[in-house]
Amino acid sequence: MSAVEISPAAGTDQEARAEAARTRRNWLLSLPAVILLLFAASGPLVIVLIYSFLTPGDYSGVKWIPTFDAWTSILFSRDIFDDTLRLADAHLTIFWRSASLSLLTTLITFLLGFPTAYFIATRPPRQRGLWLFLITIPFWTNLLIRTFAIMEVIRNEGLLNKLLMMTGLISEPLQILYSDTAVLIGMAYVYLPLMVLPLYAALERFDFRLVEAGYDLYAGRWMVLRKVILPLVKPGIVAGSILVFMPSLGAYVTPRVLGGGKHMMIGSFIELQFGQGRNWPLGASLSMLLLLIVGIGLFFYVRAMSKEKAHD
Amino acid sequence: MRSPTLLIAAGALLAATGLAHAEGELNIFNWGDYTSPELIKKFEEKYDVKVTVTDYDSNTTALTKVSAGGHGFDIVVPSANYVPIFVGEGLLLEARPDQMENFKNVSKRWRDVPWDPGRHYTVPWQWGTTGVAVNKTAYSGNVNTSAIFMDPPEELVGKVNVIPEMSDVMAMAVWYAGGGVCTQDKTVLKKVRDLLVAAKPKWMSMDYGMSDKLSNNDVLASVNWSGSTFRARLNNPDVVYGYPQEGYPVWMDSVAILKDAKNVDNAKLFMNFIMEPENAAMISAFARYANGIDGSQEFMPENMRTAPEVNVPEEFAAAGQFLPTCPPAVQKMYTAIWTEVMK
Amino acid sequence: MTDTTAPRPRRKAFSVRTMPGFSSIAIVCFLALYAPIVVIVVYSFNSGNSIALWEGLSLKWYATAWQNDAVQEATIRSVIIAAFASVISTVVATMAALGTTHGGDFRGRTVIYLLINQPLMVPEIVTAVALLIFFSMIRIATGYSGLAYLIAAHAAFCVPFAYLPIRARLEGMDTMLELAAADLYATPWRAFRRVTLPLMAPGIVAGAMLAFVISLDDVIITEFVKAAGQDTLPTYMLGQLRRAITPEVNAISTILLAITVILLTLFFILTRKRSPKA
Repeated sequence: MSAVEISPAAGTDQEARAEAARTRRNWLLSLPAVILLLFAASGPLVIVLIYSFLTPGDYSGVKWIPTFDAWTSILFSRDIFDDTLRLADAHLTIFWRSASLSLLTTLITFLLGFPTAYFIATRPPRQRGLWLFLITIPFWTNLLIRTFAIMEVIRNEGLLNKLLMMTGLISEPLQILYSDTAVLIGMAYVYLPLMVLPLYAALERFDFRLVEAGYDLYAGRWMVLRKVILPLVKPGIVAGSILVFMPSLGAYVTPRVLGGGKHMMIGSFIELQFGQGRNWPLGASLSMLLLLIVGIGLFFYVRAMSKEKAHD
Repeated sequence: MRSPTLLIAAGALLAATGLAHAEGELNIFNWGDYTSPELIKKFEEKYDVKVTVTDYDSNTTALTKVSAGGHGFDIVVPSANYVPIFVGEGLLLEARPDQMENFKNVSKRWRDVPWDPGRHYTVPWQWGTTGVAVNKTAYSGNVNTSAIFMDPPEELVGKVNVIPEMSDVMAMAVWYAGGGVCTQDKTVLKKVRDLLVAAKPKWMSMDYGMSDKLSNNDVLASVNWSGSTFRARLNNPDVVYGYPQEGYPVWMDSVAILKDAKNVDNAKLFMNFIMEPENAAMISAFARYANGIDGSQEFMPENMRTAPEVNVPEEFAAAGQFLPTCPPAVQKMYTAIWTEVMK
Repeated sequence: MTDTTAPRPRRKAFSVRTMPGFSSIAIVCFLALYAPIVVIVVYSFNSGNSIALWEGLSLKWYATAWQNDAVQEATIRSVIIAAFASVISTVVATMAALGTTHGGDFRGRTVIYLLINQPLMVPEIVTAVALLIFFSMIRIATGYSGLAYLIAAHAAFCVPFAYLPIRARLEGMDTMLELAAADLYATPWRAFRRVTLPLMAPGIVAGAMLAFVISLDDVIITEFVKAAGQDTLPTYMLGQLRRAITPEVNAISTILLAITVILLTLFFILTRKRSPKA
């Protein structure tokens, strides 16, 4: 693989050629993934982009009349009663709620997932596969049935409340179901493996002699954790938080079932436009905007992370 | 995936589903958990046809998929308000079920319906109502009103569920506020919005699956479908079904043949087959809704024949109305109000 | 914590690997993960029609599931799609991770990176609608309407889930070993197989597992892409959602879990026999 790289570069010409060869090789390696995604994920999104500039069809779909309405109506909506143009605060509220809930989910899964991944990575090598499977097996059951089972655990007469009342921690059952807490519990549950597995992948190669060196230098555990372990598993943290944050932004089933569906999230709002709302262009423009924001965010996030790494 | 048997099985499955449709097949595209397996088995045996049932979860999904084309379905079962859209977009075959042998069994009420005048395209599958289910131990007042969710009584505050069906809920709210179906009257709509915004904090949730939650008292009242409430009552006798006197939606799902169907003859056989009272009763026994075929009653389970959820009592019949599909301009306002309420 | 005057070997007893509280959090996590699973298994033996109202012990729903061809076919179809999709996405993701992580920056790397993560950036419904329209055109043009569309859609959607763990593993991985192998005149392919691949393995395993469960769970894209007779277990359940979900699906899930556990146990017993020393 690296034969090209280690051939001693004699002159800039040869260097440039090696560089070109490397670029070509890297592109070739990435090509199958690129083709697959262009064919069955990103490519067809061009259709959605086009739709965002069209007029909603009478009953579904679109009419081929170009307009910017869908885009302007994201931010400004004409009041249906006094016909004034004003800021679409409903959209902003929904967007803000989704973003903050996703951020919290990411944080919770990290706080739970990091110790779990650490635990797995420090098991004897033979056992690690088993523990990994133990993390993923619950996810072999269907998402809907799992969500309903979580509901069964947290409802007023459910397992959790019974347990808490038995231990005497509470005397009245807690109304957890249909609250933001319920949504957070459910999302943390659903997305935990998405955090644990990348963290594990990064932690597993971790060289514990470094920790030992840290202790030898009289660093405390906290210090070792912060200054030695966390920086080295940063790629895992990046991967895990991307995998949790972005899908939870569009989460649909969990907020609806556990949160009682009283508050819309960006996922269900876009769903409404493609479904009963019969406004495909608005759904299309909203999702394209989301794509743009998240894409730019990801771009800077990854760049900031790799810069920091270069400084280390 | 190393296992060769699995690979072979997978290969076979890939090939089988990819082939063009052979003779003796029928592909039904229906709501999930809505098609009686016994009915299908009986049809398969009688006509030696292999039937495949594929599920959808909403009218919009069905419409979107069918209008995209290349789906391979023969039969679809849209709700009344979607039939004109399917017809208007040229997606349905004019199969003329009204000229079929068993059409004589269709109840008078369902023969000439506004969404399919003279029944040139569709035959009844099942029909039901959207009303309110209330646990009578929690609230003993009048249940035949939309006030149960539009202005919940003290006892029910915080324990009310509303199914997240925009068209049903908006229609009930408009009737409650004194308007008519698909109204554009802004004073009415403003009232609707204000009422909904005021009522929402008193709701517990907006969710489906109420037959369980009504059964185990997680929810004490809900905007709910008749059949679902019927199932809840079988588990929990305290549940009663109210028909709001201000107005409540009646709906019917009807069987239609698609224009690009590959097995038109079998599809027509199926249409005729389900208009047979005995067969229609099988549909109802499975999904727990009425079917619109005369004489099917006697083949139904005993507890369905008398159920007040399935058989609308005389005094409430007048308040029930079919929901048409509102014009796009009206739809836009309704969606805006819905978004405002749900944000 | 440890006696500082103790000789060096005693110092080892203070395990450098343990972080206080980490194991407890991990154990709580595992228990919490399995609590709903216990509920699912228990209700699969419910004699009533509800997944939330216990009425008594019975095997009724296993019998129901056994007789229900539709749900069995849907389950098998789900597993087959997930198997194909996870293998495909893991292979392409592994290659892409090698291409984009190994050996520094190159022109277009960020573009590839963003493209690979694109499926995560929009709600599934958007991809679903786009794919429905695009695949319908292909279906009409070619006449083929098999499972390949679903597999392709799932595989593409799963790529980021496989890619990110593998990349996390590769990033900062020691390239010295590979270079050493090359110095020892190993062919690039041999160096890759003997050195790089084993080092990457934990990342690949993690990625493949994620891809598998993501595909197994996918509902919205499947609902829109599927053609006649292509229901999967999740779309079958989606159809039940509006009415009432019965313990039949619990029974199916329990069987699936049981099969998984048996296969895993067998796998671990067999590999233990083959390599007594890890």
